[in-house]
Amino acid sequence: MATTQFSLTPEQQNLFDHADRFAREQMYPLSAKMDNEEWWPADFMKKFGELGFLGVTIPEEFGGCGMSLLDAGLILQAFSRWNHALALSWITHENLCTNNIYNNGNQFIREKYLPKLCNGEWTGCLGLTEPGAGSDALGSMSTKAVLDGDHYVINGGKMFITNGPVADICLLYAKTEPDRGSKGITAFVVETNTPGFKVAQKLIKMGFRGSQTGEFVFEDMRVPVENVLGKVNEGHRVVMSGLDFERAVIAPLGVGVAERTLQLSIEYAKTRKQFGKTIGEFQMIQARLADMYVWVETMKTFCWQVLADVSEVDETQAGRGEIHARTAASMMYCADMCNKVLDNGVQIHGGGGYIWESEINRLFRSIKVMEIGAGTTEVRKMIIAGELLK
Amino acid sequence: MSLAHQFSLTTEQQSLLDHADKFAREKLYPLAEKMDNEESWPKEIMPMLGDLGFLGVTVPEQYGGSGMGMLEAGLIGQAFARWNNAVSLSWLAHDNLCVNNIYNNGSEFIRDKYLPKLCSGEWTGCLGLTEPGAGSDALGSMSTKAVRDGDHYVINGAKIFITNGPVADVCLLYAKTQQGAGSKGITAFVVETNTPGFKVAQKLIKMGFRGSQTAELVFEDMRIPVENIVGKEHEGHRVVMSGLDFERAMAAPLSVGIAERALELAVEYSKTRKQFGKTIGEFQMIQARLADMYVWVETMKTLNWKVLAEVSGLDETQVGRGEIHARAAASVMYCADMCNKVLDNSVQVHGGSGYIWETEINRLFRTTKLLEIGAGTTEVRKMIIAGELLK
Repeated sequence: MATTQFSLTPEQQNLFDHADRFAREQMYPLSAKMDNEEWWPADFMKKFGELGFLGVTIPEEFGGCGMSLLDAGLILQAFSRWNHALALSWITHENLCTNNIYNNGNQFIREKYLPKLCNGEWTGCLGLTEPGAGSDALGSMSTKAVLDGDHYVINGGKMFITNGPVADICLLYAKTEPDRGSKGITAFVVETNTPGFKVAQKLIKMGFRGSQTGEFVFEDMRVPVENVLGKVNEGHRVVMSGLDFERAVIAPLGVGVAERTLQLSIEYAKTRKQFGKTIGEFQMIQARLADMYVWVETMKTFCWQVLADVSEVDETQAGRGEIHARTAASMMYCADMCNKVLDNGVQIHGGGGYIWESEINRLFRSIKVMEIGAGTTEVRKMIIAGELLK
Repeated sequence: MSLAHQFSLTTEQQSLLDHADKFAREKLYPLAEKMDNEESWPKEIMPMLGDLGFLGVTVPEQYGGSGMGMLEAGLIGQAFARWNNAVSLSWLAHDNLCVNNIYNNGSEFIRDKYLPKLCSGEWTGCLGLTEPGAGSDALGSMSTKAVRDGDHYVINGAKIFITNGPVADVCLLYAKTQQGAGSKGITAFVVETNTPGFKVAQKLIKMGFRGSQTAELVFEDMRIPVENIVGKEHEGHRVVMSGLDFERAMAAPLSVGIAERALELAVEYSKTRKQFGKTIGEFQMIQARLADMYVWVETMKTLNWKVLAEVSGLDETQVGRGEIHARAAASVMYCADMCNKVLDNSVQVHGGSGYIWETEINRLFRTTKLLEIGAGTTEVRKMIIAGELLK
């Protein structure tokens, strides 16, 4: 079909096909072992870096590729088809940590941290959620940073931190004015070898296994003031704009998982025979496949559209208004529909879909994370309704 | 590189949507209540649409049309459907099912004879495919027959649920010309409704889209000249199948327009209606419904525009099969199913008044189901999509 309005450009399609091929050849073979053992392929970040898959949205002067957020989303979609755990770790490093540092960091921070994050020598993570601060991440934050000379002394803890156990750099949020509610928060770039930085535990998950998830504890951790990201007490701006970019760019993860699930379901429906014919000849299976196709196509089109919208917006324009609602909508739709696609995919596979080692079961266990991380479905609805009722 | 418009309407398309929206709000919206109450059709509508260039949207200017693409036609349908869903349905039946099909498949003689008056609104068009015994299996179960007699065909049979049937001047009609050929052996004809033997057996009264006229047609020894054959003799199934893809892509925006208006009304009501000392929009259960409706409307819009852009580049020989056949079915299926959900939620937000006939939201609600049934049911759409996936 010829390129038409509302489609990818040939360059975007080529990038997507390139990332898809790389992921199929290099990432897919690692999936089973990562899932079985919660194993992390430690050398893989360097490979991403060598192949130009890190710092996708970062200008070349800092070691990045200078591409758009839409391009980053397309790479994520391709990666997620073949190894969603590695894809999750990649986007956490790439967007939550690196892109946020670039958007909000001063020249000193950009020059000090971006080159090694862009070549894969360092792995990045982001520390926002706490044991007592989930949906109310800002208002309930209890990690504190107290100024002491030219350092901040940080105490507290962070929870469910993707890449936490393997990270070299953490973009960390802490309260610098505890009485100011959801304001009074500051963002810091923290090197994880700083004394007082501890990985309290590595968490074992249902899905996305192999992507490392940790709980952090900070005990009198001293971070120099020049590592403040953005302005002191204005960390909520970094959070809110960063979350919009994060929602827009993570939505394709749901698309990639759903695309692979549909592909496996079609293959199975064509080959599995019962009652003397393939199960694809039964209308009840056909109806499920048709639903899955329609959901995948709507996810794809909508998340690309929102990624294109958000690619035109900078960190001062995101985090509020229509784009705030649209990024929430894209992530909400893709996560909710991915849930439905996965549920139907396992149903078509029957008993085999329930078995841990099957690919469809590994995909199925990715369910729920995207409905919870980066703001739950409920938080997304609060954002959308807030914008509609303004 | 600017990505701003890659997945959005162009400035020209947005202007067209705004223009059609303004026209529909000012001229079509005031007619909606009376049309709904009385199932009445204002005869002045088609000439008015013709004068303003809203007829023959996809037909070249040499035949009196506007020479625009299918996406542009869809935007007009979306705008009309926001303000008067009954007019949007009649407009779609005329402009796409009848006029666009005649242009795509008609000979030069037929184009010259019929298109100018259909594009000016002097004539109203309809399409006759469905029969009392031939719904989803429209081709295989068709019983209307056309028998050759010299330079005429003699047609006997009946058609049902024909939009614009009671008011049409021209009907694009399908009839079996070869018995025993199953779903093949069908021929398409342009029929003038004043031909002897053409009868409107009954005008049907509907739950919604009221005012858009719907009929059962009966044909008794109706003689149609052979030069009125559209496309090739016995190859009417090609006209049906290609026409249905364009029709499905074009019907989807009606659901979008209706859902947009239903959401708009629900948002307004949530801001003003007070219970328990605060607006109902302050309750999270209402907020969750509004957020769902917004996400459904936005995803409907994006998919149907994309599919319209895809069919805009195709001619009648390239559709009716393959990926585009599945995509057109997917677009109308998603938009119709989600419109159902948006309408259900909007009436729920409106509470008791949403159940009252004369309210706008109730008039919108009663459009539910039609777009899940017409132009191939949801079930037929799923058969098409699954057939393509499992090939």
